[in-house]
Parts: sequence; structure tokens; C-alpha cells
Amino acid sequence: MRPIIDWLEHRTGIESAIKNFLYEDIPASAGWHQIIGSVAVFFFVIQVFTGGLLAFNYAPTPGEAYNSVKYIMTEVTGGPLIRGLHHWGASMMLIIVALHMIQVFIYGAYKKPREATWMVGVTLLLITLVFGLSGYLLPWDNRAYFGTVVTTHITSQAPIAGPYLLRLLGSQGDSVGNVTFSRFYALHTVLLPPLTIIIIGIHIFLVRKHGVAAVPGDTAPKRKFFPEQVFKDTVGVAIAFIILFVMAIVAKVPLERLADPTDTAYIPRPEWYFLFLFQTLKFFKGPMETFVSVGLPGIAVLTLFLIPFIDRGPMVRLGKRTFAISFVILAAIAWTGLTTAAVVTTPKNQESADDTETPATETPEAAPQTTAAGAPATTLAAWQHLTPEELAGLGLFKKQGCTGCHPGAGQTGIGPDLTKMPANHRNVAWLVPHFKNPSKIVPGSAMPSVDLSAPDLNALSLLVLTFTPQNEAALLAAPDFVTQGAMVYQTNHCNSCHQIDGTGSTLAPALDGVGLRRDRPWLEKHFADPTSVSKDSIMPPYKFKPQDLDSICKYLLQLPKRA
Amino acid sequence: MDESHQSQHTAVDVSPTRRTFYIGFINGVMGLIGLALAAPAAIYLLFPPKQRKEAQWVETADLSTIPAGTPTEISFERKRVDGWKITTEKATAWVVKKPNNDVVAFSPICTHLGCAYHWDESSHTFLCPCHTSVFSIDGTVLGGPAPRPLDRYMTKIDAGKLEIGPVEPHA
Repeated sequence: MRPIIDWLEHRTGIESAIKNFLYEDIPASAGWHQIIGSVAVFFFVIQVFTGGLLAFNYAPTPGEAYNSVKYIMTEVTGGPLIRGLHHWGASMMLIIVALHMIQVFIYGAYKKPREATWMVGVTLLLITLVFGLSGYLLPWDNRAYFGTVVTTHITSQAPIAGPYLLRLLGSQGDSVGNVTFSRFYALHTVLLPPLTIIIIGIHIFLVRKHGVAAVPGDTAPKRKFFPEQVFKDTVGVAIAFIILFVMAIVAKVPLERLADPTDTAYIPRPEWYFLFLFQTLKFFKGPMETFVSVGLPGIAVLTLFLIPFIDRGPMVRLGKRTFAISFVILAAIAWTGLTTAAVVTTPKNQESADDTETPATETPEAAPQTTAAGAPATTLAAWQHLTPEELAGLGLFKKQGCTGCHPGAGQTGIGPDLTKMPANHRNVAWLVPHFKNPSKIVPGSAMPSVDLSAPDLNALSLLVLTFTPQNEAALLAAPDFVTQGAMVYQTNHCNSCHQIDGTGSTLAPALDGVGLRRDRPWLEKHFADPTSVSKDSIMPPYKFKPQDLDSICKYLLQLPKRA
Repeated sequence: MDESHQSQHTAVDVSPTRRTFYIGFINGVMGLIGLALAAPAAIYLLFPPKQRKEAQWVETADLSTIPAGTPTEISFERKRVDGWKITTEKATAWVVKKPNNDVVAFSPICTHLGCAYHWDESSHTFLCPCHTSVFSIDGTVLGGPAPRPLDRYMTKIDAGKLEIGPVEPHA
């Protein structure tokens, strides 16, 4: 090893450069309170690493983006962990950057000659926020879409610059689309990371130039940065990393439904660290609102930049910084109060695409009481509540392989949970065109078109509308003879004369409970030649294929009697 | 020359045992963190994604329309999982029906480098135009660089219709 290091040192000087960096002199009073900056740098490295990994499986266009994130979350091995690290890493990074700033603030370490270090640091805080805002859009789910709509609206309110900023963000009119998405993506992955590396470099250079700030009155001989302070930094890094790793495993990263600009029921809300602004905005109306959404943050950022010039006295001991400490405490209380109020007063959005926390303990058979009082009706299976057309739709649902993407029963598939469709999709008029050309109705949808006749598409739509979290599993488990039989019933238009559970025509006898009156041989004879067993019958004979005859007979014979 | 450079080898502000402990701790913890990031990254990049359930059988031609003894190219549409998308794509198969109604469906791709081959009626062989691989009517290699016989689709016959499934795994 030594010869290699010597060779490298002789050619590049790398060993002495590292030593020079590690054996920096730091004041004797340096210590645990100064580890946070290192932790922030470490988190930036984690974000770059996990972000790069995510980009390997990510498609940066609206719609496709959602599908690829879903792919990462449901199919890629280790995908949820990597996204978890990136998602929670972003939140933790912001906390760490804020803690670092608070530490520097209450110690007054921004004072002469470290004003530039402070201002570069404030720039890094702003960059972290822009990272958060731009990354928020990239999953392209409802949360991302509506969150960004609000962000761009606020931006548009900026005095004078508003329309230009809006243009810069690629926003057209009121909506967020392809152009905004591409710009956020470019900002998040192309522009900001190298910019951040450069600015972190400048920040660290300035720290080195002026040295780590000592506590006033510290005249003890200086110490070396390595190994004692590096050890302390490492402890901080390790604790933060363990918290992050546990969160990435335990806490689920949300991915809601694919962004749907027509969803009127959705309540957008920002990421937690912007909730205080979100809440503050609720208290103001009219011109004051613009002042609060744009003016106040603008003034706050400007003040933050100028703090070293506002507070110009020499550095004093921590105990004498009562004003700074009280200010931080008051700000923290205000922030916590506003954030809590925002969480408490904003109703929770109902649906999320992979929400598996729906109470699975509810009995799948909650409905029977609502059916007839007749004895056999009390134990109806879920599928016995469906009309023949809906049951035929269920047959098509299985035959078309819909369960490949919509597995149902709380399982995660690539397609959305059909029991949680938004209200404006819950009608045949929306569903049929959607089946014919999914990506035309929902831009970016990965669903293949469903190639069926108009009556079949209608049946499929009616079936999809019957799904609820309680009955879906039971419906999908319906025996094949039932769905096959219902399909035979539908294709032969039996309902033009017969009625089942009140659906169909009353021209011929209702078929509910037909199994109590007739048996299989009778039915078969009747299909072949109705008048042979029922001499006044006007029903035409039906020559079914053996398999179809089997299905329709079994289907009819199980029909329960209804009151 | 600045003072830190001069003093770099005299940095003994902690006792040697503490120093050893610190350095061991730093290396150990950083190594563990590196491992905790590298291992999931390797799994993420190297492990295949979970296979999705899907209907893989496609109904194609009526068996009676396929002439016995002559390879026939039939095309069909099938759904393929492509990353986060399911694409509907056109696919073809060279179908050979034997006189006893047994059916073999070959993947239309040469096993050498993936060119499309065709049936040559005059020589009664499958010819690949790219590197002159030659296959017999049962798919075995008769000449050229092809490393293995033609790949076959799984097939089954349901109610007189030929259904084509995924390509059989080859040895």
C-alpha cells in the first residue's frame, strides 16, 4: 500500500493535500455544537447518490414519470428503500441545514470577518428549499401536481417579476404541464447539483480562510481538526444516518394517484416545511394575501442575508446572546404553532394509490342485511348482488387480464386501486372512452387500450363501478361458471324477456330462484326445445356449445330467490 | 508556508490511545455507512424487477387455415411488459403444422445475432440473410454461425384455435 501512496503523492500531492485538510488548526473551544455543518454535507452526498440511483429508473416526462415512480415503488428490488432514503433525506437535510444556521445564529458566528460565509450559507439554505420544491413535482401524482399549481400561482403574484418568473417556470395559463415539468426536472437534476457543489466548496473555503469560530475569550492552544473533531462529526453523521435509514424502511413514502387536473375534490398542501406559510395565508385576504405570500418571505430572506450587517457588535459569549436566543425560541414556537394548525385544520385527502391501510378487518359481507328478508338471501355471496351484465363484465375483467395491473384486495399493482376511483370517473360515459383509448383520456396513462365491443365495454364499466374495498376481493373470487354463464346470458340477450333481481324484461318468467323449481335435465331439455317441457312456451330454442350450456345452467340454477 | 502545514506531523493534542480509538471509530462507522448505502444500491441495480402477472397466451389463427408441412408466418398482437409500461406490439411466428396436427411455432429471430430469417421454399430450409445461418424445418442448425436451434414459442390449441405463449426457455 505504502509504495502506491508514495507514487500517488509524488505525482499528485494528494496525501499532503488530505493531511493539510485534516490537520487544520481549530480553537480549543470547538466541539459538539459545530458538527452540524459536516452532517449537512454528508446528507448532500446521500441525496446525490440516491437521486442518481432513482434517475436510473425514472422517466422524466409527465405521466411516464408517475408510472416509472410506481415501477420503482412496486417492482424494482430495493426501490422503496432508495426512494425512502431520497425522500426522507430531503426532509432531514432541510432540518439539518436549519439547525446549522440556528447554531451559527445563536453563537453570533456570522460576525466580522465571517459575513460572506454567512451569506453563502443562506444561499445554500435557499438552494435546499428550491431542491425541495422542484423535487416535489417529479413523481407527478396529485400531490405533486396541485402542490406545484399553488407554488406557481404564488410565484405569479410577485410584484413586477411575477409574469416573468412564471414564464421562466414554463407555466402556461393556470395549469402546470410539460414545460414546467421539464424545467423543474432540469433544475433539480442538471442545474442545482453542480451549483450546490460549487457553493458548498466556496462555503467551506471561507470557513477555512477565517478558521472555525472560537468562543470569545478562548486563548487556549489550538487543536487539530483530525481526529477528535472528525470523531465528533462522525458521531453526528452516524446518528443522523441511522434515523434516516430507519425512516426509509419504516415510513411509507406517499405516492398518490396519477396527477388529474380535473380532480376537483383534491386538497393540495405543500411539504411539511412549507405548511407554516400555507397556514399563514389562510389568515389574509385580498392585497394583504399577496404581501404575506410573496412580500413576507422576501423580507425574511433579505433580513437573513443582512443579519451580519444589522448585528455588528463583536462576538460575545453565548450567555449574553439573550436576544438571539429568545428570537430563535419565539420563531420556533410560531413555526410549530402554524404547522400544527395547518395539519389539524386541513382535512385529510381520502385516496392514495397505494394506500394499503384501509381497514381490511371490515367484513367483506357487510351488505346482506339490506337484501330481502327471505331466508336464502341472508347469506348471499358478494357476486350474487351483481346484475347479469355486471357479472358478464366481471368475466371480461378476468378474461382481459385486467387483474394483472389491478390485482385488487389491497394488493399493489401497476394500475390504480379501482375501489378508490375519483368521483368524476365513476360513470360509464367516462369509463368507456377511457377503455377505448386510455392515454387520450388520462395523458400519460400506461394502460393498454381495451379492445371490446360496445356492449362488452358497457358491461366492463358497470362492473368496475360496483367495486368497493369491502367487496372487491370476494367479487374477484367469484367462480368461473358464474361469470361465464352471465356472459352467455348477456350475449344471447336473455334479459330481453327474462328478469333477474329486478333487471330485465317481464315478458317471460323471472329467473330468480329457478333452481328451486327446475333441475339441470329440465333446463337442458328446455333450451333444446322449450315446448317439449312447457307446451305454451314462446321461447325460441337455443343450441349452445356444450361448455356454454354447462355455464348457463350452473349460473341459472344458483340464482337465489328474492322477495 | 502556513503554520498548519508545518505542524502537520506534530498534531498530538490527544493521547495515542484516544487517537487510535478515534481513527478506528471514524473508519469503522464510515465503512458501515458506505456498506449500508452500497448494498441497497447493488440490489437496486442488479436484482431483476418483480415479474408482473399477465395474460401471456394470445389467440392467433384457426388451426385449419394453416397448411400442413409448409412453414407459415403468422402475425399476432401481444402485450409486453417494458419497464413501467405495458406495450402492445406486433409479433410474428413461423408456424409449422405437422400432418398429425402437432404445431411448432418458432420465434422469428435467428439465434445468432437476432436477424429475421425466412423460409426458403426451394432449399426447404430457414435461411438467415445476415450471416447465412441455415435451419431445418424442425429448427435444428444445418449450417452457419447460429449457436443453437431456433427458439420456440409455447403453444396450445383451444377450440381449434392456435394459442401462442411466451418463448420457451432454451437450455
